[in-house]
Amino acid sequence: MPEFTLRAFADQLVNGLVIGNIYALIAIGLALIFGVANLINFAHGSVYMIGAYVGWVCVTGLGWSLGPTFIVVAVVCGVLGVLIERFGLRRLQSEARIAPLLATIGISFALDQLVQLIFSPNPQSFPSPLPATRVMLGGVSIGALDALIAAITITIAAALFAFLRFTRLGWALRATAQDREAAQQMGVDVNAINALAFAVASVLGGIGGVMIGMYFTSVYPTMSYGAMVKGFAANLLGGLGSVPGAVIGGLLLGLIETFGVALFGSTYRNLFTFVILIGVLVLRPTGLFGAQRAMPPEPLTGTFVANSKPVRIPWFVAIGGLVAAALLPFISSNPYLLQIFTNAWLFAMLALSITLVTGTAGQMSLGQAGFLAIGGYASALLAMRLGWPLELSLLAGAAIAAALGTLLMWPVFRLRNQYVALATLGIGEVINQIILNWEGLTNGVLGLSNIPPLSLFGLPIVETAPIYWFALAMLVVAALFQWRLTQSHLGRTWRAMREDEVAARAFGVSLHRYKALAFIAGGLIAGLSGAFTAHMYSYINNETFAATTSILGLTMVILGGMGNMSGAVVGAIALTALPELFRPLADARYLLYGVVLLLLVRFRPQGLLGTV
Amino acid sequence: MALLEVRGLRREFGGVVAVDGVDLTVEAGETVSVIGPNGAGKTTLFNLITGLDKPDGGQVLLDGRPITGLPPEELAALGIARTFQHGRVFGNLSVLDNVLIGAHTRQAAHRLRAPVLGMMAELALALIQPPAWREERRRLREEAREVLALFGDRLLPRADQPAYSLSYANRRRTEIARALALRPRLLLLDEPTAGMNPTETAEVLEFIRALKGRGLTILLIEHKLSLVMQLSDRVIVMDDGRKIAEGAPQSVRDDPKVIEAYLGHKRQVGDARDAQPAGEDDRRAGRPQARPASVS
Repeated sequence: MPEFTLRAFADQLVNGLVIGNIYALIAIGLALIFGVANLINFAHGSVYMIGAYVGWVCVTGLGWSLGPTFIVVAVVCGVLGVLIERFGLRRLQSEARIAPLLATIGISFALDQLVQLIFSPNPQSFPSPLPATRVMLGGVSIGALDALIAAITITIAAALFAFLRFTRLGWALRATAQDREAAQQMGVDVNAINALAFAVASVLGGIGGVMIGMYFTSVYPTMSYGAMVKGFAANLLGGLGSVPGAVIGGLLLGLIETFGVALFGSTYRNLFTFVILIGVLVLRPTGLFGAQRAMPPEPLTGTFVANSKPVRIPWFVAIGGLVAAALLPFISSNPYLLQIFTNAWLFAMLALSITLVTGTAGQMSLGQAGFLAIGGYASALLAMRLGWPLELSLLAGAAIAAALGTLLMWPVFRLRNQYVALATLGIGEVINQIILNWEGLTNGVLGLSNIPPLSLFGLPIVETAPIYWFALAMLVVAALFQWRLTQSHLGRTWRAMREDEVAARAFGVSLHRYKALAFIAGGLIAGLSGAFTAHMYSYINNETFAATTSILGLTMVILGGMGNMSGAVVGAIALTALPELFRPLADARYLLYGVVLLLLVRFRPQGLLGTV
Repeated sequence: MALLEVRGLRREFGGVVAVDGVDLTVEAGETVSVIGPNGAGKTTLFNLITGLDKPDGGQVLLDGRPITGLPPEELAALGIARTFQHGRVFGNLSVLDNVLIGAHTRQAAHRLRAPVLGMMAELALALIQPPAWREERRRLREEAREVLALFGDRLLPRADQPAYSLSYANRRRTEIARALALRPRLLLLDEPTAGMNPTETAEVLEFIRALKGRGLTILLIEHKLSLVMQLSDRVIVMDDGRKIAEGAPQSVRDDPKVIEAYLGHKRQVGDARDAQPAGEDDRRAGRPQARPASVS
C-alpha cells in the first residue's frame, strides 16, 4: 500500500472531484431521461463517446480552439439525442418499459460500431490544447484542465437548475416528469419535452466526453460502455431521476473510485463502480438521497413478451434439421464452416439459457455471460490444477457456474423490470472484475493458457469435425434438458411468474425459489457452453466472455422469439453464421446486431418464431 | 370458532388511513359481502387479508391461528384464494394452465419446502418425472377440466387458448376457475361482475349461489347491490376505512348511515344500485401506480 501523505491525499481529492464532475455530467443526463421518459438509456454512453470523437476531430484534426469545439460538440450531440428519441424510441412509449431499454442497447451497439468503422477501434491521442502549467493552491496542485472541467460542470449544473426552476419550459419538463398524462392534459407537448430532455442530456454527455478525452488524453470507441455504467452508478447513488442526486452521486463515485484506486491499484477501478451499483440497487433502490418510496411497480407485466401464437416446429422438421446438422462435416469439409457452426452451437446454448431465464421466467438478464465465464474458468482450473478428466471437469464447471452464478444473482430476485436488467448487467461485470483481480486463481489479465484440450474417455478431440459433433451433441442434450423442464410444472410456474408476479404469489408461487430454479437450470447450460469453449480454445481471459456476449445472446433470443427454444437456436445460427458467411458483414457485425435489435423491438417484438 | 377473524386491522398510506380498525368474522360456510363507496378501503382490506399488503396494526386469524403479515404464497397454501378487481389472468398461458396454477400449492413439489435441497429435489423430479408424478399431473389436469366445466361451455372449449385471446367476461371466469382450483377454504372475490352486462352478471350470481350451495366460504366485494342482497348471509359496510354497519342484507339496506355513506343524503339505496362504476378507489388506495420518477 502506498504511503499516504497529506499532499497525496489532497491531490487524490482533486483528482476524485474532477473525475466526479464528469461522472456528474453524465449522470445528470441519465437522470433527465429517466425522469422524463422513465427509461434507463443505454445509448447515453455512445453519445458521450461520439461527443469525445467530435471534440477530438475539432481540436486535433482541425486545430480549433476549445470554444468553437464545445459549440460543435453540443450541436452534434444535441441533434443526435433528438434523432435517437424521435426515430428510435418515440414509437415504443406505449410498450413495456423494457422495450425502449432494449432499443437503446441496439442504438448503442450501432453507434459504437459506426465510430469503430470510421475511426478504427484503436485509441486516438487527444492532447489537451490547454497549457500544462499547474497552480499551487494551499498545497494542492491544480491544472488548467482541472479548473476548466470544474468551471464548466458548475456552470452547466447552475444553468440547468435555473432552467428547471425558473423557465416555463423547465416547469413543463418537471411537470412531464411528475405526471406525463396530467402534463399533456394541461397542454404540454410531452413529445417535444421528451425530445428536449434527450437533447439536453446528450449535450451534457457530449461535453463530458470531450473533457474526459482531454483528461485521459485519448479517445476510443469502447469508452462509451464504462461511462454509461459509471453514469448509472452515480445516478443510482443519488437516486434515479434526481438531478441534484446525480451531481452528488457523481462526485461521490469519483472520490470513492480515485481513493479506491490509490489504495488497491488501478485494476480495481471498475469493481467499486459495480459493487456500488448492485449495493444501492439491493439495499436502497431509491438512492442515498431519494425519497423513501417504493419503486414504481409496473402494472401487470413489465416483461418484454408480446402476445403471439408461437410457430410449432413439427417433430420431423426438428429431427430433419438435426440430421442435416450432424451430416454437415460429410457435406463440407471446409474447416472454417465447421468452426463457424461449432460457434453457433455454443452460442445456441447461451441463447437457450437466456431464453429460459429471460423469456420463460421473465428475468431480463444482461449478465448471462457471467455464467459462461464461471463455467469456463471452473472447468479449466479443475482440469489444470487438479488434473480432473475432461468429462468430469465439464460437468463440474457447469454445476459450479449454476450454483455460484445463481448465488451471485440472488440480489436481483427482489427487483423488477428495468432494474433487473441493470442489476444483472452489473453482476455480470462483477464476475468479470473478480476474474480480473483474483490473480492467484485466475492469472488476472494474462488469462489461463494451455488449458487441456477436449477429450472423451481419454481420447483427445482436436480435429475440427469431432469438436463440431461434440458441441452439437451437447446442444442437443441441453435442449432436451430444457424441453423436459419447460414441459413440466416448472415451465408453467415460470411463465405465470413472468406474466404477473402478484397473481403468481397469490396462488402460492414462491418467487425467489422459481427465479433461482430458472437461473440454476439456465446456468447449467450456459456453464457447460463456457466450459467447452475454454477447452476448445485452450486459452481464456477475462475478455473471452465480455458483457457484449450477454447482449448478443439476448439479441439472438429476441430474434427467435422470447422463451422459444427453436427460436433461440435459429437466432444463434442467424447471428453467428450469417455475418461470417457474408464476409463484408463480419467487420460490421455489431452494427448488424444493433440494427437487428432495434428493428425487432419496433416491428416484430414476438421474434421470428413467436414468443412461448 | 370463526374461519376468518379480523381484529382492529389498520393500514395507512402516507397519512391517509385506508383501513381504520376494521373487525370482521366469517364463519365456515358463510357468504359475507363487503360493500361501500369507492375509496372505502375494501380492496385494501382484501390485500391485507391475502398478504399482498402488510397491516400497520391489528390481527388476522384463520381458525384462530394468527396469519397477520404472512406472505401471500403461504396464505395460499393455507387455503386462501382470491380474484382481483381489475383482473390478473396470466395472458400468455392457456386457460387450462391458468387453472393449473391455481392448483400450484396442491402439487407434491410444493411440499418440498427445504430451501436448497427442496429446490434440487424439485428440479430432479421435474427432470425424471417418476410415475407418481405423472399420475398427479394427469389427475390435476382432469380436475382443472372439471373446474372449467362448471362454467358450461364458456371455458372448456377454449381450454387450450391463451388467456389474452378471451373475452373480458371469460377472463374473469378464468380467474374464478383459477381460484377454485386451489380448493380454497376461504374464497375472496373482488368485484367479480365489474364491467359485466346484466346477462353475464346474472350468470355470475347463479354461479356464486351454486358455490355457496356446495358449502364454500366466500368473502365478496361487490357494487351491484341486488347481487349482494341475494347472495349474502351478512353484509359489512365500509366507508372511509371504517366499518359503519354490519348485519343481515335487509337491515343494512335500510340503515340510515349506509344510505348517507352512499348518497350523502336520504334516498332509497336501491336507486343507487350500480351508481358507482367499478372504481379508481382501490387503485388509489391500494397499489401505487407506475409513474416516472420526478425530476427535481
